[in-house]
Amino acid sequence: MAEQRRAATIALLARFESAETLLAALTALRRDGHRRIEAFSPYPVEGVAEALGFRSRGVALAALLLTLGVVTAGYFMQWYSAVIAYPYVVGGKPLHGWPAFVPVVVALGLLAAVLGAVIAMVVGNRLPQPYHPAFEAESFLRASDDAFFLLLPPDDDSDEARRRLSERLYTLQACEIEEVPRC
Amino acid sequence: MTPRHRSLLPAGLTHANLTRRISDLVLHRPSPPGWWIALVICSLLTLMLLVTMSVLFSHGVGIFGLNIPVAWGLPIVNTIWWIGIAHAGTLISAVLLLTRQPWRASINRFAEAMAMFAIVCAGMYPLLHLGRPELFYYLLPYPDTMDLWPQWRSPLVWDFFAITMYLLFTALFLYMSLLPDLATLRDRATRRVGQYGYAILALGWRGSATHWARYEKATLILAALATPIVVTVTGIISLDLSVSIVPGYHFTIFPPYFVAGALFSGFSTVALLAVLLRSLFGLRDLVTDTHLDYLGRMMLFFGLIVAYAYTQEMFTAWYSGEDYYRHVYVDRWTGPYAPAWWSMIVCNVVLVQLLWFRRVRRHGPAMLCLALTSNLGMWLERFQIVFTSTHADYQPANWDVNWPTVWDWAAYLGSLGLFGLLLLLFVRLMPLISMHDMRALIARQREERDDG
Repeated sequence: MAEQRRAATIALLARFESAETLLAALTALRRDGHRRIEAFSPYPVEGVAEALGFRSRGVALAALLLTLGVVTAGYFMQWYSAVIAYPYVVGGKPLHGWPAFVPVVVALGLLAAVLGAVIAMVVGNRLPQPYHPAFEAESFLRASDDAFFLLLPPDDDSDEARRRLSERLYTLQACEIEEVPRC
Repeated sequence: MTPRHRSLLPAGLTHANLTRRISDLVLHRPSPPGWWIALVICSLLTLMLLVTMSVLFSHGVGIFGLNIPVAWGLPIVNTIWWIGIAHAGTLISAVLLLTRQPWRASINRFAEAMAMFAIVCAGMYPLLHLGRPELFYYLLPYPDTMDLWPQWRSPLVWDFFAITMYLLFTALFLYMSLLPDLATLRDRATRRVGQYGYAILALGWRGSATHWARYEKATLILAALATPIVVTVTGIISLDLSVSIVPGYHFTIFPPYFVAGALFSGFSTVALLAVLLRSLFGLRDLVTDTHLDYLGRMMLFFGLIVAYAYTQEMFTAWYSGEDYYRHVYVDRWTGPYAPAWWSMIVCNVVLVQLLWFRRVRRHGPAMLCLALTSNLGMWLERFQIVFTSTHADYQPANWDVNWPTVWDWAAYLGSLGLFGLLLLLFVRLMPLISMHDMRALIARQREERDDG
């Protein structure tokens, strides 16, 4: 018995025909108490991330923080080089002529915001990640085409739990279920 | 669902057959003969560019038609022109994303690719023009052994930062948009090299919902930043001219005027590519006449802003009451470069009026011709700004007439070839139409049909 209570070593990958059935199934499974669900779709489906209880604040925050840091550093660099390190009077203008420092700060700030957003997306998503257990499933090739998937582990390693979950998935209109190793 | 909406997508287009059509263009279908012909022509032109560059690096900038008083010649004209073309690619994709325009989905990919390759061409000229191109890194602020720093009051330093920033932004924006489509190609590739190549580029993208959430947030941020970036980049480039006190350069209207001109030529180039690529790859039902109609309206809108800017520029010159400023204009109309000015007016102000007609906007060949004349007109505009302003300024003793040399033209035509070559290779290696954006559009259309 003790062996059967072990945490699941496999997960079930269920394919759905449409975004609506995916969302309905996801909401129902969440209500059943499943928390370790991953959903896949070939295009962003509205409401799925919310149904998973996920909100992406990190991307905007990373972009903002990087921008603030780079803008400050960029202005400091110009001030330091023009006033302290290499004071050089051009046309009688003040050494600390801030309006002339603005274009470079703006360019650097915009670049920082872009880099911040992209890096936060890539790092937050743990990319690059060449292997994922879902890739073991033949049907998953369609995840980048026209099919929608849910990936979740059964309660434990027993055949009973596995069967219970797959029956539940079929009642939620899953078209096909494959077993993959658990991530 | 509005009828306008329906005409953007062919009936019966599903996720599966969209994926098959677009990815098969890359993975399975042989290149059409037109593609091979274009490839040969563009490769030869690129070769000419390489020859020009090697002659330039061995002989110096003297081979170009640059001299005092016209110290900035064709290389600068070309930089401004190419940057302008890049801008519409960025803006089309970004502004239409922010305003959720359904006609974006089938044209944003090649608009972004166009932006990427145009900026490569634009960024090349300032380096070629430097005279000592191997020292370009002096513009970078790095702690060097000479204790030198860049001169922050110089618009040329701003320019370097703006163009570098824009290049990186464009590359990231294009890659972000490609990422989910690369995963599709990875999953559908049948040959080893394709499977590995696209798998590496796709970074293991698997369409997870949390990934999409971060992806959409990041795309939104990039799109929101695109507008200030476009305005900043061309604005800063126009400051290269307007910060100087040369009559004909020194106008406060320059930044918005340059941005409008940039978007005018850029939308024209998108229309040009839309017509060419859809007939080359048989995508008439995805890139429809309605798309051309909208592009035509944007061309007309920015064309009219450009025409307005011309009147304001002339008014400012007259109103300044300064003899030299006024002379610049009289010289543009009657001087040695007058043909360029009048041709520009014909292209940018007169011919553009044809776009008021719906039938012209929806007619492929007509749009192709107007796109070509608009681009020619914008090139002439950059030409006359750069040449006529400096050839006769405050010192009449210095007045002189300079003309581009054979090498100038070789470098210009060569850059057209390079642009074409990169674009041709791109459409064979990457999906020409953004599949994930199209899927979302198809889904939205289906939803609306079910509701209504």
